Amino acid sequence: MIEKALKGNRNYWAWIASLLAVIAVGITAYNRQHWFGLTVTGMGRDVSWGFYIAQFTFLVGVAASAVMVVIPYYLHNRKEFSKTVIIGEFMAVAATLMCLLFILADMGRPDRVLNVLLFPSPHSMVFWDVMVLNGYFVINLVSGWTVLGAERRGVPPPSWVKPVIYLSIPWAVSIHTVTAFLYAGLPGRHLWLTAVLAPRFLASAFAAGTSLLILVTLVIKQCTGFDTGKEAREKLAVIVTYAGIVNFFMIGTEFFTAFYSHVPSHMHSLQYLFFGLEGHYSLVPFMWFSLLLGLGSLVVLLLPGKKSSPKWLAAACTGLVVSIWIDKGVGLILGGFVPSPLEEIVDYHPTLTEVGVTLGIWAIGLLVLTILLKVAVSVKSQE
Amino acid sequence: MNKERRDFIRKTGLGVLAGICASSGLLPKFSLEETVLPAWDEKPVPGKIRWGMLIDTRKCLNECSECVAKCHFVHNVPDFGNRKDEVKWIWKSSYEHVFPTSTQQFRTSDVLLRSYIAMCNHCADAPCTRACPTEATFKRWDGIVSMDYHRCIGCRFCMAACPYGSRSFNWRDPREGIKLASVDYPTREQGVVEKCNFCSDRLVRGLIPACAESCPQKAFTFGDLNDPKSDIRALLESNNTMQRKPELGTKPSVFYII
Repeated sequence: MIEKALKGNRNYWAWIASLLAVIAVGITAYNRQHWFGLTVTGMGRDVSWGFYIAQFTFLVGVAASAVMVVIPYYLHNRKEFSKTVIIGEFMAVAATLMCLLFILADMGRPDRVLNVLLFPSPHSMVFWDVMVLNGYFVINLVSGWTVLGAERRGVPPPSWVKPVIYLSIPWAVSIHTVTAFLYAGLPGRHLWLTAVLAPRFLASAFAAGTSLLILVTLVIKQCTGFDTGKEAREKLAVIVTYAGIVNFFMIGTEFFTAFYSHVPSHMHSLQYLFFGLEGHYSLVPFMWFSLLLGLGSLVVLLLPGKKSSPKWLAAACTGLVVSIWIDKGVGLILGGFVPSPLEEIVDYHPTLTEVGVTLGIWAIGLLVLTILLKVAVSVKSQE
Repeated sequence: MNKERRDFIRKTGLGVLAGICASSGLLPKFSLEETVLPAWDEKPVPGKIRWGMLIDTRKCLNECSECVAKCHFVHNVPDFGNRKDEVKWIWKSSYEHVFPTSTQQFRTSDVLLRSYIAMCNHCADAPCTRACPTEATFKRWDGIVSMDYHRCIGCRFCMAACPYGSRSFNWRDPREGIKLASVDYPTREQGVVEKCNFCSDRLVRGLIPACAESCPQKAFTFGDLNDPKSDIRALLESNNTMQRKPELGTKPSVFYII
């Protein structure tokens, strides 16, 4: 089946070539990081996680959002999702792969990564995260590939695949819950120490991840003529709208708890992010841009008729993806480290090397996604 | 194959197996070289000892940093001269930074102007050991929170988990930042986390921690918190002391007299 990815028009190969070029840049940058150490990144003693972990957090959400097509199609038998479900599953595969690569890129000693399995530590949330992410990767790849293979041969999918697909539903919730638990159980990091973090992660995942899915289906339609269906896209847009509203509602509750209780340590991170603290304002424009862009996109989706216009839909989805990427990636990670446990403020700026590695990993993810979707589209359109 | 031949082969096989086991020390009685395992003979009792430190901040001189210099020399802690790559096991900071959640208002000017020693608290309930995915940081039987630099994968979860900023990461090759090398303690590698080890390397040699030894003012008292007759317990009972961020429930083993 993979041979279908080897046949394509000029645009297809140009796209693959440009991704390979970006991957080459990423490998060069990573080589530099591997040689000189993580000192070549913007991270330091005070802000000890940065761009990589931010991407990781965001992408776990993208991966988890596959359930937003799996649930209606497999649990509720909504046929209009029949062409979208494979795209959701393959997107989850690519996103999970990127998550794992971002963790590897962030590690000081990636050569020792198997220590996580050699010395399993159930008290550590990282152990569980590695378990669920790898599991989710396998589940989606196996179920997506098997169902697609059966479709190519014109036979019903094997009976064992149904339970695997059903398993992917709670599993998707688990990957994002465990990812939230990475942060939400640490004393002294007040922005993260909130019970609403896991629900907020899920809401933002179902908003941003599903938005990205809509965008991918629009790109496929543009590039290959393969349409997953307007109806499915509009249904997904409804999910995006509700998930987005819940997400912003929960951000609001964070503000209430911090500022009404007036506990200084609870307010500091939010003050740093949104209003600036002791002369440090570097993230303020980004956070307000994120907030206004996200709310603006939701307004577009709520206005009657805008969802059915591909242009407005694409604009609103892009807006939500960018908004949540800033808020849940960059803002959440940096806000957890500033102010530091000793109430000191140190700003963080990613370096070119860090951005290079990040782009490289995104390109690897997009390459895997392109190949998988090329196969899927070829099978679905019976080329 | 007749029976004698089979028996012969079986016995030879067993003999070879026993020989391998004996020479490799698996059967201690027959080993060529006797295996001495004192760690197994005198197994330490967990929780019997809990090492702790009491710092009398009234004695600590603002301009002095002997403890920092001595500790960082003894343990080959690098100095790169910038905050981003900084590695530190012990350092001095102001009251508002070391005790950010303690009373800030209307403290005497003496308290606010004094500088305070910060180091790993060797918490009885340490968040860092909970967060570590490989047990590279772990609680020893004597209460010391220790590090295995050879197991650490450099994920920096312990740094995110520590509410005291006590952990440092080797963002670059630490050997480049060591001006005068000490032979007492190995250097670390790029990409692993490190922190104060309560001088577990010196304790086995019968020495007290380097910071306590170096202090010209004798501001440090090191001892067993579980021993009611220890000096540290006597001082804890006769003075009003405090711990850093006690509200987090980490139960630090480092105490301060303000």
